[in-house]
Amino acid sequence: MMPMARAVGADADMAAAAQRVREHIVRMCGGPDGGHLGGSMSLVEILLTLYRRVLRVDPARPDALDRDILLLSKGHGGIGLYAVLAEQGFLPVARLAEYGRPGSSLMAHPTMAVPGVEMPSGALGHGLPLGVGFALAARLDGSDRRCFVVLGDGELQEGSVWEAAMAAAGLGLDGLTAVVDRNGLQITGETESVVGLEPLADRWRAFGWAVDEVDGHDTAALEGAFRRPRLGRPRVVIATTVKGKGLPSVENQARSHYVRFSERQQRRTLALLRAGGGRANR
Amino acid sequence: MTGPEPRPGREVYRDLLAGLMASDERLVCLDSDTGLFSSVDFGPGAARYVNVGIAEQNMMGVAAGLARAGRVPVVNTMATFAVTRALESIKVDIALTNLPVRIVATNGGLAAGHLGPTHHSLEDLAIMRTLPNMTVVVPADADQTLALFVAALDTPGPVYFRLGRGATPGLPAAAPAVRLGVAQVVRHTDRARVTIVACGPYPVLAALDAAAELAADGTTVTVLNMHTVKPLDVAALVAAAEFSDVVVTAEEHWATGGLGSAVAEALAELAPVRVVRVAAAERFFPMAGGQQWLLAQAGVDRDRIVAAARGVLSGEPAWSVAGRHRATR
Repeated sequence: MMPMARAVGADADMAAAAQRVREHIVRMCGGPDGGHLGGSMSLVEILLTLYRRVLRVDPARPDALDRDILLLSKGHGGIGLYAVLAEQGFLPVARLAEYGRPGSSLMAHPTMAVPGVEMPSGALGHGLPLGVGFALAARLDGSDRRCFVVLGDGELQEGSVWEAAMAAAGLGLDGLTAVVDRNGLQITGETESVVGLEPLADRWRAFGWAVDEVDGHDTAALEGAFRRPRLGRPRVVIATTVKGKGLPSVENQARSHYVRFSERQQRRTLALLRAGGGRANR
Repeated sequence: MTGPEPRPGREVYRDLLAGLMASDERLVCLDSDTGLFSSVDFGPGAARYVNVGIAEQNMMGVAAGLARAGRVPVVNTMATFAVTRALESIKVDIALTNLPVRIVATNGGLAAGHLGPTHHSLEDLAIMRTLPNMTVVVPADADQTLALFVAALDTPGPVYFRLGRGATPGLPAAAPAVRLGVAQVVRHTDRARVTIVACGPYPVLAALDAAAELAADGTTVTVLNMHTVKPLDVAALVAAAEFSDVVVTAEEHWATGGLGSAVAEALAELAPVRVVRVAAAERFFPMAGGQQWLLAQAGVDRDRIVAAARGVLSGEPAWSVAGRHRATR
């Protein structure tokens, strides 16, 4: 299936949603203990494309048996997920203000107490094994429901990811799609200077996966990759992204990984984000 | 004391599961290439037997995903690979989510025998019982493996089900029926001076043998088979221990954190009494040998249980009793 005919950037609705999501993220980083800014800003278009154009999910029926499953394996993208879930109606936008406050279920890493969150995450390397389980269950049920697992690129250093990659291919689970948020950075620097992941696409191919490489901020390209026909094997979408996307002062910098904004910094950052406008979605 | 013919609990469990799989659509048997199911014909349930390869972390995650999607997965591996290799996956994917995953862990304790310390599991009960939501079960023979596994399938939340490897003797046929979560009183004496609390095939048999020996010189003894280590049947424990001068625990596990610790914790708070733990010496056992022989080397046998009870009853100093039975050879 070809990407749906929709010009890049023409979906003003999507661009506006991405802008609002990024503002939510910045506000949450001004919460009592700050938040994972960079890796949340990088996955905004990935999550919005999934929730708005691909996933068969309904906030009114969060436990529907035929729903598609989204697992945020890189649990440190939690505030990005909360912002998207709020925009999509899974929880009130006003609830985002409670992020990080004592007693709130909105923590840095998601748990199932948050509406729309299927499984807890935060410890890396868990999402893809879970995804194999969901995809296997769908096949046993004779259902066409799909499972998407969003992984960080640094997370790919966890061995369990490759255990699951091997199993998924061996089982021919074409209902499973992995999405790698390839922002190129982990806590101490570039993934390639830490241990190196390249040639990443070849590694997935060697494990028996179908591979797409797309611009992770191009929603039309993402949608096209997510809608490809099922070919009897799992698929990975390597989405090249910018850590800290939308905030030029921290874009592509490892220090954007975790940030706590003072009130003044938060105001300035929101102003900068708004001044950037739709640029963040290109 | 003799019971039914020795049978391997894991094979009895395997045949039971194969039968249940044919009729219960919820069940999915996940295998990590253990070889346990090589000769099994799952019949109409064949699609629900999945060998995910030698990758235990992945298998635990797969099981959690299946469970979240409405299935009841039964995970198969050896105790040590389940608990120490895949622990974080059990904690995060299974315990935290409280999903109905059944972890069947064979080769518990020293059952792997000559396969060596990499395959022994003398820490699994301690680790599993610290996890919230986890039920921990150690059947004492093949018959109760059947009854407890059927009960475990209908337990809400996750279950850790510890089995052995080779054939182990059955408990005496006179023992009362076994119920998950309820201590099995395998020998009862009103107001017994000694209560022995044990779990697992050889420790429970050793406890019964020790009780017979103690009774021979007039000492009254009650023996509890604490097959469900968590949740602990505290009521039965307190009831049995209330009139006892000593509670001796016996288990195929290191002394730290296992059944003996669970019993001591409960009794220290609820019904203080002298507790002596007969458990494996805190070292590894890098030597060939069968399960029962290794267990005796480790310090768990009838004689140690008898000595622990007599030591306390005769007024021997506490440090001496506690130290002697765990001495390494």
